Parts: sequence; C-alpha cells; structure tokens
Amino acid sequence: MLSKEIRSYFPILNQEINGHPLVYLDSGATSQKPVQVIEAIKKYYEFENSNVHRGVHTLGNRATESYEGAREKVRKFMNAKSTQEIIFTRGTTTSLNTVAQSYGRANVKEGDEIVITHMEHHSNIIPWQQLAKETGATLKYIDLEADGTLSLEKVRATITDKTKIVSIVYVSNVLGTMNPIKEITQIAHEHGAIMVVDGAQAAPHLKLDVQNLDCDFLAFSGHKMCGPTGIGVLYGKQHLLEKMEPIEFGGEMIDFVGLYESTWKELPWKFEGGTPIIAGAIGLAAAIDFLEEIGLDEIEKHEHELAAIAMEKMSTVNGLTIYGPVDPSKRAGIVTFNLDDVHPHDVATVLDMNGIAVRAGHHCAQPLMKWLQCTATARASFYLYNTEEDIDRLVAGLRTAKEYFSDVF
Amino acid sequence: MSSNNLDQLYRQVIMDHYKNPRNKGSIEDGALTIDMNNPTCGDRIHLTLQVEDGVVQNAKFDGEGCSISMSSASMMTQAIKGKKIDEALQLSHIFSDMMLGKEYDDSIDLGDIEALNGVAKFPARIKCATLAWKAMEKGVSEEQQQN
Repeated sequence: MLSKEIRSYFPILNQEINGHPLVYLDSGATSQKPVQVIEAIKKYYEFENSNVHRGVHTLGNRATESYEGAREKVRKFMNAKSTQEIIFTRGTTTSLNTVAQSYGRANVKEGDEIVITHMEHHSNIIPWQQLAKETGATLKYIDLEADGTLSLEKVRATITDKTKIVSIVYVSNVLGTMNPIKEITQIAHEHGAIMVVDGAQAAPHLKLDVQNLDCDFLAFSGHKMCGPTGIGVLYGKQHLLEKMEPIEFGGEMIDFVGLYESTWKELPWKFEGGTPIIAGAIGLAAAIDFLEEIGLDEIEKHEHELAAIAMEKMSTVNGLTIYGPVDPSKRAGIVTFNLDDVHPHDVATVLDMNGIAVRAGHHCAQPLMKWLQCTATARASFYLYNTEEDIDRLVAGLRTAKEYFSDVF
Repeated sequence: MSSNNLDQLYRQVIMDHYKNPRNKGSIEDGALTIDMNNPTCGDRIHLTLQVEDGVVQNAKFDGEGCSISMSSASMMTQAIKGKKIDEALQLSHIFSDMMLGKEYDDSIDLGDIEALNGVAKFPARIKCATLAWKAMEKGVSEEQQQN
C-alpha cells in the first residue's frame, strides 16, 4: 500500500462534508488534484502566460517551451516514438471523435465493419454509431463473458477481413475489467484492421506503453489522472496521422493560407486548430511528474490491493451485489455494486450524508447497464490517495443505508 | 449518522408511495402518452393521461427509478386526477416553486405532495422529483395545443 502521506498533497481531501471527513470514492469520474498541479498552473499564469508558436517576445518563448515540454513528457509517459504522434485535445471524447471523423470517414465504406464491445463508455460507442450510419458500415459488438471479461475466442470470432476499425476500452469504467489490448491488437492487425484504445481509465492507473501494445491510436484525459479538466491526448502512429486530414480548421494549424486554398502545418500541430490548451498541457505535465515520482507500477499495485480489500469487506454486507471480474487481480480500483432493491441514487444520498462520495447512475454506459440487466448501479472508484479506512467508512455507510431503508420500507 | 437530515428527505409518506405506488400501469385506449427519461441517471417514466372536456379523468404511470422519482410520480397522478387542466398546471407550478426552495402558494391543499418539500435541500435529487411533473406538463400542453 502507498503511504498515507500522499493525501497531504491533495488539499480538497482535508474537509468535512455533511459533518463527516470527506471520503472521495469517485475518481473514476474525475480525480482530485495535488498541490503540484495546482501550483504549476498558477505559476504558468503568473509568470509565463502568453500565446504559443507566435511572436518573438520572451514570454511567448517561455509559454511555447513549457507547452512543447509537456508534449515530450506525454511522449515519454506513454512510450511513443516521437512527439509528432502526441496531439493535445480536449479529452478522450474529442480524441476518439477525431479518429472516427478523420481516419474513419477516409477509410471506412459501405459493407465494412467496425468492432467494439458491450463494455464501452458512450464516448467509444456514439462516434462509431455515427460513422457507421454515415458510411453504411456495420457496427458489431463483442459479447462479454459472464464475469464481465473479454474472451479472445469471441474477439477472434467477431473480427473479420471486413473489419476496418476495432475500438476497445483498456480498463472498463464500470466493471474495472482490464482488457488484453496487446493480444486484441494482434488479432485486429491480422485482419488488416486498425486498433483504437480508449485509455481514459488506464492512463491514471497503469504504465502505458503504446509501442509494446502496438495499437494504432490511444486516447486519454488529463483530469482522471490528477491533471486539470479540458486537456486530453490522442496518440496515433505517425504514418497514419500523416495521411489524415484535420477536422478543425483555423489559426495555429495552417502552413500557408491563400484566398481559396490552404495547406497544413506538419504533425502534430495540424490537428491543433486554434489557441491550444496551454495551461491544461502544463498541468498535465505536472500530473505526470507527480504520478511518475510515486510510480505507476506502485499505483497499480495499490489499487489492486484496495479493490481486493473492498470486494472482501463489501461482500460482508447482506444483499450487496458486486458486478465485474471476481478475481481482483483482473480489475482496476473500480467496484460497481447494488444494494438489495434500494435504488443506487438512494444509496448514494445516504453515503453522501455520511461524507462519502460515490457515483450512482448508468456511468455513461447504457448498453452495459442493459447487459447487466439493471437500469443503474452505484460505483466506488479508488485512486492513490484512498486508504483501507476509506473502505471501512464505505462499508459502514452501506450498512447504515441498508438499515435505514429496511426501517422505512 | 445524520439520520435526521435523511428523515427530511425520506418521509414515511414518500416511502409508502414508493412501496405501494398509486395509479401504476397504463391506460390503454384514447390516452395521451408521454415517455420521458432523465439522461443523467437513467430514470424513466411512461405516463398515460385520459383528458375529457378539459378534465384529467384518469392518470397512470409506469417506469423505473429511485424512491424520490417513483413516489413523486405516484403522488402526481393521485393529485391531478379529477382536476381541470389549468388546475393541474397550477399544481405543477407550485411544485416547481417548492423544489426550488421558493415560497409557494399554500392556499391549495397539496396533500401528500407536501412531503416532498424536503427534496429542495438535496439539489442532486430535485430532478428525480420533477420528472413525472415535467412529463405531465408536456402531455397536457400538447393536449391544449390540439384543442
């Protein structure tokens, strides 16, 4: 387990909610921010703020160096070959839409197939639904095993020579399932399809290595990994990005502009139309420094341990159902559950009155809720600042909820 | 444990409506049908209204959701049955004021609905309580436009 001292870096955790010390178990939605990230953004606005890639003045140079320095930091963080493969976006959603609209429209046609799974977040479903509708391609879903994992046999049975794009979540935001991306990528490539990875829940929690995975695109968001909101990353293999057209046009992304024709900057800037998210990228770089100092492997281990403890302790609460892989080593620090017939909103309100923040609802994964045969669930998601005491508070809160609703019912 | 605060939200009468919903089901023939959901949480209501001569003769609901949304639907159908459209809309406005924590017209007997006034203190749950009322307003205003 990681040291509890990590908590002291997160000012927000040091407060009371509804008369109880805050237990934050909603990092899957967004993580909290350490002082290192808050300070980096403050420092940028106080000493460096200026637009990038233009002008000759000193502040402009400082801002450009910090912004491009952040890109190099991201490259190293995910082990990409070149900074030309790192595009800053608004977040995972924008990154995935960029692939669907740019690569997808140019390469997918009627009769082709796009393959996703039943455990995708809406942001990895709808861009492909839209692409399939526009092009006449077929959207196919890989079915899940009973424990919410993927079997490679079913992956093989679904991907065919007609498949042009396979897009799969690395770590499920509901089930916590960690998918075998490297193996699936190999299967996709055997059929000549490209592999897109939704890494939103992976980047915060495990060591990314895009060269080892050999995936063609990988998307993630800064705000789930201690960084600010509004910044995300699209990684893409250089030879693919070079052939792709930008989807946003305007300032910053152009090389030459004529009256009727224009040309684009080289990679990665041709995909970054408009003033970029400078402070966001700098905040993300500070978050990467913070996470790497602790160690992504250590963070992953910490979360596996918390998931194992949570599953064990939560299962002592009568009437509690936990969804997803039974084996904690197969899941990240995400535990989704329901308590008897009590609606997850009602569970979440009781927990909130006890200072405990969990998510309740469909978690932007309505098709998965259908697969689970429930309309909504509650979710506790853990991060590096959570402790075993947080789990004890959660379990006590669940017992209170159960007692409360068995009283009123 | 802040059970006193919780008791303000989960009053006995709310739990009674949740456990024993009134007017659960669907009116088959010649009824106004309204389907509405709350996209942020997945709550869903299917409301059917039978309106004759400007009066809500019958109202039934079906759906899925938390105790607040389902009890509110049950209370709403109970409250508007036998009321003129204008009266039903007036109730809806009073209910909306109540949810926003504003002063509301208490010259009308609200009956069970009054029990939901604690929801105003739980901003995250206001949308749960208003779903059924929004569905009713939508159906009734469509009916008004047609006539």
